[in-house]
Parts: sequence; structure tokens; C-alpha cells
Amino acid sequence: MPEYVFLLLGDEAQDEALSPQEWEEAFAAHGAFSEEVARRGAEITGGQALMPTSTATTVRFEGGEAVGVTDGPFVELKEALGGFYVIRCRDLDQALELARLVPMGSGGVEVRPVMGEDHRG
Amino acid sequence: MAGSGAVGSGAVGSGAVAPGAGDDARRAQAARALLVAAHREHWGTVLAAVARTVGGPLGGDLGIAEEATQDAFVQALEAWPRDGAPERPAAWLTTVARRRALDRVRRDAVLRRRLPLLAVEADRAAHAPHGPGGADGSGGAYGSGGAAGAADDGVPDERLALVLACCHPALAPEGRVALTLRMVCGLSTAEVARAFLVSEPTMAARLTRAKRKVAAAGVPLRVPPPPELAARLPTVLDVVHLAATAGHTASTGDALRRDDLAARALDLARVLAVLVPRDPEVLGLLALLVLTEARAPARTDAQGVPVPLEQQDRALWDAGLTAEGLRHLGTARRALGRRRPGRHLLQAEVAAVHARAASYAATDWQRLLLLHDALCATWPSPVVRLARAAAVGLARGPEQGLAALDAVAGDERLRSYPYLPAARGEMLRRLGRREEAAAELRRALALQPSAAERRGLERRLAALGAPEAPRRDGGPGGSGVSGGGER
Repeated sequence: MPEYVFLLLGDEAQDEALSPQEWEEAFAAHGAFSEEVARRGAEITGGQALMPTSTATTVRFEGGEAVGVTDGPFVELKEALGGFYVIRCRDLDQALELARLVPMGSGGVEVRPVMGEDHRG
Repeated sequence: MAGSGAVGSGAVGSGAVAPGAGDDARRAQAARALLVAAHREHWGTVLAAVARTVGGPLGGDLGIAEEATQDAFVQALEAWPRDGAPERPAAWLTTVARRRALDRVRRDAVLRRRLPLLAVEADRAAHAPHGPGGADGSGGAYGSGGAAGAADDGVPDERLALVLACCHPALAPEGRVALTLRMVCGLSTAEVARAFLVSEPTMAARLTRAKRKVAAAGVPLRVPPPPELAARLPTVLDVVHLAATAGHTASTGDALRRDDLAARALDLARVLAVLVPRDPEVLGLLALLVLTEARAPARTDAQGVPVPLEQQDRALWDAGLTAEGLRHLGTARRALGRRRPGRHLLQAEVAAVHARAASYAATDWQRLLLLHDALCATWPSPVVRLARAAAVGLARGPEQGLAALDAVAGDERLRSYPYLPAARGEMLRRLGRREEAAAELRRALALQPSAAERRGLERRLAALGAPEAPRRDGGPGGSGVSGGGER
């Protein structure tokens, strides 16, 4: 079965404004999501929540050379990468079906296949 | 992709036979004719069967399937005229294409680890009771509306799976139409490029991108269960409708290509109606395309200039197709029951109003306006709102029509749309305001419509200059917009 990364892109300011109780609820929602993924015959093989983009540092490249280190995320956007899942499932249709279940208040989930042997031809 | 147009673009049919040629030559000619028909009817079926063979569980490698299918037709081009045509062309082509694809996979180091599985599958396919891959050679199932036998051998599902993969929402919209025409209908890259007015390298790149995404993202080649299928169908219908629109809108001088594209879209609609029976929107789209096709002989004159609905010779409308279209519409209505009709069914209803009218004057304009109101509620695109405004003019007279047109004219998206000034010009003409009407027609011409439409507008402009007393009847008139399915 192919593997997909679900990139959870959302509004950081909103996340930081969450009350402790709202955090609890968000964790519970992700717990429910994990159970649902398993129930549907797919498998979460990886994933982490990330610290906010204010903690990010980027190493930039030009012409194959690392040219410098800058403060902040690679792309500055209102919606930032907040975390990710790696999920092994049947196909893109199932991946999209699961992506609809990710508890997101706003923002979006970018689904990308993980490169396997097949994709390097 | 070199030579991918070899079969599709007429090379097959051009084998002229010298007068007085013997049986061999006649047989060769018959074989070629059969091959042309087989290309049109079976391309998608063969490709779908091959794609499923080479793609493993996801069935996704359309590139290999495409090349193998092409190779099979090229091989048929040599073999059939020489040996006579096979009894079951689709089965023959599928077997050859599968073998080609497997050869290719065998050579392909990246896919080598899948080989043991494939060998078993190919073996099983070869011994299946319905022939190779179940590709039934009768041909009737995919021909003009024939449904018999299509449900039993599993092939229609494969073809539907291919259509669904090509129309997957994960693909860019312009990629979906192109991929469907290439993969399901077998149009060559050059033909698809011509249909969409882009260069061949641009279209080749677009197709490659779409194919790569199908394979890399894991777009499945399968028919999803009913709720998912229902969610996906609108995209599929959009693609077929877009292809039909591209076929019917005179955007190039190449009239032949347009007709071919319209015919392919109609084929697809027929196939969909066989594969997804009793869906009101599928049947509605089919009815719309059939009714539009019925009017094709009257839509342009001998010089290819569009003839407004008002002036069309209804004796030229194809009565058989009209009857068929109305029949599909009836089936669609029964399938709909008490639910609200969708946009394709409503458009078919509009086309049916015209089809049922004995003459232009006898058209049921009130019903037409009601249908456009419903269409606006379901699908409020600027073009639909424009068509509704024109329908107001037909149902309630040019004065109100003009007001309705002015109400939608503010839409930024209609700024460069020649139908808007053309419709205003028509209303003004009916009001006897000739000078203003002429100015509107010139405005339409300045927006650079297609060559055929330009000639139509020029003709209307010339007619305005003719010494003719202004009409006072204020009756309904052809605007070129409200023809319902004319575009």
C-alpha cells in the first residue's frame, strides 16, 4: 500500500490562542482520528506535532550549495505547517477520505505521496 | 509519443484501392474500415484493460498502457489487411496490447519486482471464459447506445474506472479533459492540442503532467462505491460537457475537427449512460448532446456561417436523433422522481423546448424562461445569467429583455464575451433602434469572435443596413444566446 504524508496547515495565531481545555479537546479529536484511520484499514506510520514557526530556522540553497541560514520557516504564510501524519493506505481516494477526517478548525491538509521505488524511474 | 496519431488521424482509412483490384484488395479495404471503427469504439476499453494489467493494485501506469494500445493498433494496421480482420476485434487488440505492455514491463527494471504477479494475472486473463481480459469482441456494447451484454463481462466497469481516473479532482481541470480525450477516446496528442488551441508540445506536457500525477499520487483505476461515485460524477459530466462545448463552439477554422470532438463527447455520454444507468444528470447530459447533435445540420450554412435558430430550416434537423434525445429526457425525468433537476437535465429541457416546437414562432417561450430561471438557481454562472436575460427578451419582449441584459452586463467576466453585445444588438434591432443595434454588433465584432461567428455577425450587420421598416411587433426573436444548447 502506498504511503502519504498529511501536512496539517493551519493558522498558528489561532492555535496559540487556544485555552487549556481547547487543547485537551484537540488532542482528543486527533486520538479519535487515529482510531478511525485504523478502523478503515489504513495505518498511521508516523507523524508529529511541530513547534510553532517562530522556532523554525531555514538553511537555504543555491546552485547546490548551502548559502545561508535564516530565521523562520521556508515559506512565510498565514497558514503554517503545524504537524504531519504519515499514513499507509489503499490509494489516493482513501487518503483524501481520511484527510477529510483530520480535525482542523481552518486551514487545510495537503496530501502528498511518499516517494517509493516506483517513483524514481 | 512520436507517431501517436498514426491510427487516429485517418492514416488507416486512406488505403485507397485501385479500380479493378481483386479480392485481396477488397478484403484489405474492409479490414481497414473495421479498424477505423474499432479505434473509435474500443480504444478506451483496450487501454483500460491494459492499464489494469500493468498497474498493479492501483492500475495507474497510463503511459505504458497508452503506448501498448497504440502499438496494438499499429500492429492491426499491418495484420488485418493481410490476414483478414479478426472475429472479435476488441479481444484481438486487448491481447496484443497486453502482451506489448508486459514486454515493456519486463524490460523495465523499476517494475521488475511486480513481474511474478503480472505473469499470473496475464495467464488468468488469457484463459478467462470471455476471452482475453473479458474484452468482448461483439462491439455492440460500446456502439451507438447499445447496452446489451455490456453489464456481464466486467469491461464497462474498467472503462468507467478509466474515465473516473482521468476526471479525478486531484488533476488540474484542463488536464482532466485532455487526458479523457486522449486516454478514453483515443484522440492523438496533436488532435487534443488542436481542439484546445494550444501547441502540440504544450499539450504533450500537460498530458505528461496529468499522467505522472495519476501514477505518482496513486489515483486509483477503480469504480468507487455508489456514494463516492455519485460525488465524482459531476466532475465527469463537466468534462464531457466541456468536450462537447469545445466541439460545438466554432473556435477554429477547422470545421472537421470540431465535429469530431463533438462526436467523441457524444460517444462518451452514451457510454456513461450505459455504465451509470438511471442517473438523471447522466441521462440529461446525453439528451442534451443528442438533441444538439440533431440540430447540427441546420446550425451552419454551406459556407460554415452559423445560422441563428430563428432562421434554421427545421426540416434539416435529424428527426431520429430528436426522438432519441426526447426519449432519454423522458427516462431522465422518471429517474429524477421528485428531486430537483440538475443543470444538465435543465439544459436538456431547454433543448427539448426547441426540439418540440414546430416552428420558431411556435416556441414555448414562457416555459423556456421558467427553465432558465431554474438553471440560474442551480448554476448561476455569468453565461447562464446572460442566457436567462435573453430568454426574458423572448418571453416578455425586447424592452424587458434589454433591461435584463443590462442587469447582468456589469459582470466583469462578461466584459470580453461577444454574446453580450450581440444579444443587446438583437433586442435593439427588434425595438427598431437600428443605429444602436449596429453599434452593438460592431462591439461584438471588436471582441474577436471566431471566424465563423464573425461572418454571422457581419451578415446581421449587413441586414441591418437593408432598407426595411422597423418591426413593431416586439415579438420574440433569435438572439444567438438563448438557443439553449446552441453553444
